[in-house]
Amino acid sequence: MPIEVNGKTLETDEEGYLANINEWEPGVAEVMAKEDELDLTDEHWEIIKFLREYYEEYQIAPAVRVLTKAVGKKMGKDKGNSKYLYGLFPYGPGKQACRYAGLPKPTGCV
Amino acid sequence: MSDIKKFMYLNRRAPYGTIYAWESLEVVLIGAAFDQQVSLMFMDDGVFQLVKGSDTSQSDMKNFLPTYRTLGDYGVRHLYVDKASLEARGLTTDDLIEVAWEDFETEEEVDNIVEAVDADQVVQLMAESEVVFSF
Amino acid sequence: MADLHTVNKSPFDKNSLEAAIKFSQAGSSILLIEDGVYGAMKGTSAEAMVKGAMGDKKMYALKSDLMARAIKDDRIIEGVTVVDYAGFVDLVEANDKVQAWL
Repeated sequence: MPIEVNGKTLETDEEGYLANINEWEPGVAEVMAKEDELDLTDEHWEIIKFLREYYEEYQIAPAVRVLTKAVGKKMGKDKGNSKYLYGLFPYGPGKQACRYAGLPKPTGCV
Repeated sequence: MSDIKKFMYLNRRAPYGTIYAWESLEVVLIGAAFDQQVSLMFMDDGVFQLVKGSDTSQSDMKNFLPTYRTLGDYGVRHLYVDKASLEARGLTTDDLIEVAWEDFETEEEVDNIVEAVDADQVVQLMAESEVVFSF
Repeated sequence: MADLHTVNKSPFDKNSLEAAIKFSQAGSSILLIEDGVYGAMKGTSAEAMVKGAMGDKKMYALKSDLMARAIKDDRIIEGVTVVDYAGFVDLVEANDKVQAWL
């Protein structure tokens, strides 16, 4: 189902992931979060930005386990744990945060 | 459920001409969710998968070379490369990417888990593996 | 006029290049594409065969496929001509027919 972001129509797949990662802009995350009735805070943006950088470097969306480890390495253990990440993204940091970041669904997520 | 097995993924195909290399990589990434002892073996044209400097900007194909560098994060402990296959293709380990590994709990680090092995070692490593997946 | 022979398999995996060389007439052009471009690499076990063929045949390799496989100019056997897609089309035009070795 396509989404409307700042006057543009962007294609998504059947699970709501952006069809073309290059079409991403911060507005995408805002529109998706609004649909989920979630207010995006700086803490959310920190993870979304991190995922964008991860994809840029490795060309994949990390599995949640790997994301948790990588966040811990970069931002410290108080953020690199599932309690913190699920607190921010209740539908799952792998799936929900990757979707907001315009990434494909993480490899290995079912 | 908790018994850990030694898995080996055997890669013998060049990266872009067929889908095998990418499929193998995806299965490794998916399989990493199960705590097993995983190693990858590259031989024959499979050694081309690790050659650094790939540029697919003019080919309309996804460049998945960077994805190999994340394998350490996915718990892969060894990327073995058959020496004779490298030599037959005019390559050395200097032509290959490096993949780092780190245990976040113990902070144990290995700078590069890519390792060239000779035929005797290949035989030994495959014999030691309980499951070998071929691509 | 002569024929253009295309080879899209690695010479280390299949004998397509060997067959193309063996069964093409003198004066033919052989274009390496997809995994066939590995045949253009210096210092391999296939180098002697390729060099031998260049005595009476012209050898070409497609640039975009070389790039994807990280085969830089300094690793390509001397005498092999690198062509882009436009060059591919020129070769097709310049020859009587195209024969593919798969």
